[in-house]
Amino acid sequence: MVVDELAAEAVDELFHALADPTRRDILRRCATDEPSVSRLAHAYPMSFAAVQKHVAVMERAGLITKQRRGREQLVRTDAEAIGRVRQVLDELETTWRGRVDRMSDLLAQDTKPEAKNSTLRGTG
Amino acid sequence: MSITSVDTDHDRLTVTVISDFDAPIEQVWELWSDPRKLERWWGPPNYPATFAKHDLFPGGEITYFMTGPEGARYSGMWRVTAVDPPNSLEFTDVFADTDGTPITDMPVNRVRVRLTERKSATRMEMRSKFDSPEDMEKWVSTGTLEGMQQAIAQMDLLLGP
Repeated sequence: MVVDELAAEAVDELFHALADPTRRDILRRCATDEPSVSRLAHAYPMSFAAVQKHVAVMERAGLITKQRRGREQLVRTDAEAIGRVRQVLDELETTWRGRVDRMSDLLAQDTKPEAKNSTLRGTG
Repeated sequence: MSITSVDTDHDRLTVTVISDFDAPIEQVWELWSDPRKLERWWGPPNYPATFAKHDLFPGGEITYFMTGPEGARYSGMWRVTAVDPPNSLEFTDVFADTDGTPITDMPVNRVRVRLTERKSATRMEMRSKFDSPEDMEKWVSTGTLEGMQQAIAQMDLLLGP
């Protein structure tokens, strides 16, 4: 299960980081480019501090990395983190499959006595 | 095993799971209509579900909680909107606080289940739909296992171009 493999707190942070449209946009931008925080700040109708805060949330969640180059802080989406997201996705699909498997098992338990009945009906 | 397809539609905000069971339709229906059976498959083994109230009629409420390995409880409530035994069931799933009272500003997830029988085998189509991307985001941000399953499609947007 997801919760076993990634600490529950880390999952919470990951989802919290992903739950905001601005943050998801920053993530998309930084997947193909490596902008500085100040260049990112220009892209959104909000203060530098607000953008910096978004970046910090995503850095804590491990979704992006920051690298200092001269005076600038360059932001880049962490490919491994996206891999983790993909992993969560896979794990969750597994959960769905688990549900259906459990339904299937319950049905198999149910049909055993029923099968006997239908045999009786068939011969009767 | 029984799953035929899992489809996540980002535009329609739906997750559709189609499964084929080697059992008559009435038995598959009982997995939904009998709370003791429902709680044996709804929650994963380490997050078992307990269904407290199970009023399976239009306007009825079904309340449940899932208990995590550390004892934490995640409560939920279904508001039943349509029932046609043994063919279909529709409900909205909302988050509830620990007393089982729905949290009103929480997003709503609409679930539609359809069963069709073919030669004593049953196909189950379960579709889960959000009203808006914002609803889905809120669902994601709650971080519960239940929510993650439904909201995963939103995350998948990140992986696209």
